[in-house]
Amino acid sequence: MTEPTPWRSQTTAVQPSGGGSNLADVLERVLDKGVVIAGDIKINLLDIELLTIKLRLLVASVDKAKEMGIDWWEHDPALSSAAAREEDELALENRRLRDHIAALEGEDAPALRAGGVEADRAAARQRRQAEERER
Amino acid sequence: MSGGESAAYVYALTRPFPAGAVRELRGVGEHPVRLVAEDDLVAVTSAVPLREYDEDALKAKLEDLDWLEAVARAHNRVVDEVARHAVTLPLRLATVYRGDDRVREMLRDGRHRFGAALSRLAGRVEWGVKVYADPAASSSAPGPSGTPQTEARESPGKAYLRRRREQRQRRDDTWEQATGLVREVDEALRGLAEAREQHRPQHVRLTGERGENVLNAAYLVPAERSQPFLDAVARLRERAPGGTRIEVSGPWVPYSFASVADEPAAETAGGAAGGPADAGRRAGAGGGPSEGAP
Repeated sequence: MTEPTPWRSQTTAVQPSGGGSNLADVLERVLDKGVVIAGDIKINLLDIELLTIKLRLLVASVDKAKEMGIDWWEHDPALSSAAAREEDELALENRRLRDHIAALEGEDAPALRAGGVEADRAAARQRRQAEERER
Repeated sequence: MSGGESAAYVYALTRPFPAGAVRELRGVGEHPVRLVAEDDLVAVTSAVPLREYDEDALKAKLEDLDWLEAVARAHNRVVDEVARHAVTLPLRLATVYRGDDRVREMLRDGRHRFGAALSRLAGRVEWGVKVYADPAASSSAPGPSGTPQTEARESPGKAYLRRRREQRQRRDDTWEQATGLVREVDEALRGLAEAREQHRPQHVRLTGERGENVLNAAYLVPAERSQPFLDAVARLRERAPGGTRIEVSGPWVPYSFASVADEPAAETAGGAAGGPADAGRRAGAGGGPSEGAP
């Protein structure tokens, strides 16, 4: 025993944090701090739903939070798998839109040079098709 | 429990101490606490049903607030209790091994770095300090102009605008004062601590505190210097301007400072990294990332 340290003995005058501590304070430490040693059960708290947990945990209960109108984590992809799915779709849609824009811009250039109504119509047609595909 | 069915949940690593001290102690799921020793290191564990603590079960259960709160509090309770008997290195929640042999193996493999971390934390406690800014709480103070609520010949529109102006002024003042207080608190307390870690401010809407959490820090303090540290907090609190608030929690087992070196330094860079990485590693070896000036 190199460190025979009953370290609490000096601090009895202070009210200990003990079991009555604020849940947020406890979670902040046991989830976020403390030594990380790779156990046999691979659970990466940081990767998965840790944030969900962390935030939801800060409330006494999720239902209570919802009653209070606090549900923003449900819209944050980092915090909710449902929102993550939405986010995926959104990202997909964004990518599709970007592709369309690139395609349209690519065609606009010759269209502008030609100054033709036909080109405008083609672009509009493409836009419509793009919109339909989005649906 | 037969070998295949049970797993070892590890709360903390410590130096040896009499097992009798934790004989009555219950951990997660009310399972008894057992000590697994290897040489001069001890893992504080509970035997838990593997099916409740394997990947799938944990993933599902971590989503369950009630379960999580119970486990987090149990984890902290065990860590707290053990720290009364020996220097303690708290592990993150849900560190689980497939049996005591694997725990011993972990202790053997990490002997040096665990030992170093334990020596660094011996005799230290962690104090949590938060500063809140709450403009609403400073509303009783007179406005900057010292004007009373009503002024004789003021039109309702003017009165409204004046009130808005004063409100905004108050808010700005509170923020400014809170910012100053944060600096003052941190400077004063840093001087009394060996290290400091900043936590993310807590979301007050969720914690139910009033105002905005503008500082959420943890300080590593030698246990015997706790009283001067708390006295300093008390002095700061007396001077804290209206609309600001200082809160202390602790003493905690030093969770926020319980880091161990990742790997033996010689292995990490493998010659690939240049000078800066080496310098960083040397600096880090001294005692954690928190010691450097911001």
